[in-house]
Amino acid sequence: MTIQLSHFSSALLFAVFASVVFGITQRNTPRDMVRYGAYCFSLFVAGVIVAGWAMWLLRH
Amino acid sequence: MAASKPNVQRAGTVAEPNAVMAVVAPAVGWLIPGAGHLIQKRWIRGLLLMVSVVCMFAIGLLMEGKLYAPNTGDILDILGFVGDIGSGGLYIVGKTLGAGAGNIARATADYGTKYLIVAGLLNIISAVDAYHIAIGKKL
Repeated sequence: MTIQLSHFSSALLFAVFASVVFGITQRNTPRDMVRYGAYCFSLFVAGVIVAGWAMWLLRH
Repeated sequence: MAASKPNVQRAGTVAEPNAVMAVVAPAVGWLIPGAGHLIQKRWIRGLLLMVSVVCMFAIGLLMEGKLYAPNTGDILDILGFVGDIGSGGLYIVGKTLGAGAGNIARATADYGTKYLIVAGLLNIISAVDAYHIAIGKKL
């Protein structure tokens, strides 16, 4: 069995899992964990979008 | 020799660092993702870590990612193996079942390979976190 994810959905899933681990391991309190996880997730997604537009600009 | 300082833990209780747990927790956490937290009764954290690492590893395999072998002689393969082996038991089971052959014909299979490596690296971070909890450095 295999799955075929798009580039964007692959990056989003990656961001979710990595953010959960970063949030739990890099902060001490549950509140800070959630906030840091959300911060990491938003940075991952923003990075994907910025990189996507940068590649679009390079191509055009 | 300075005596070890007691650690203040949740609800104001004081606990000495657990020397046995400091060895067992990261080892178990490496072998079974999230288990290092679970044996220290950090149930929610342990489950979230377990779900994240196991799902990442499973999705990497489903995307036809490659599990690196230990002794190919190529430095990049060795680095890939170091990442993969971080998954502990998942890597051992995956290799035993013959999974992770890879598929160079598909672009997204390379994403799967990265998923497998990063799952291992995240599991190492989790095991280190379990160690920090065991020695009382973290709540």
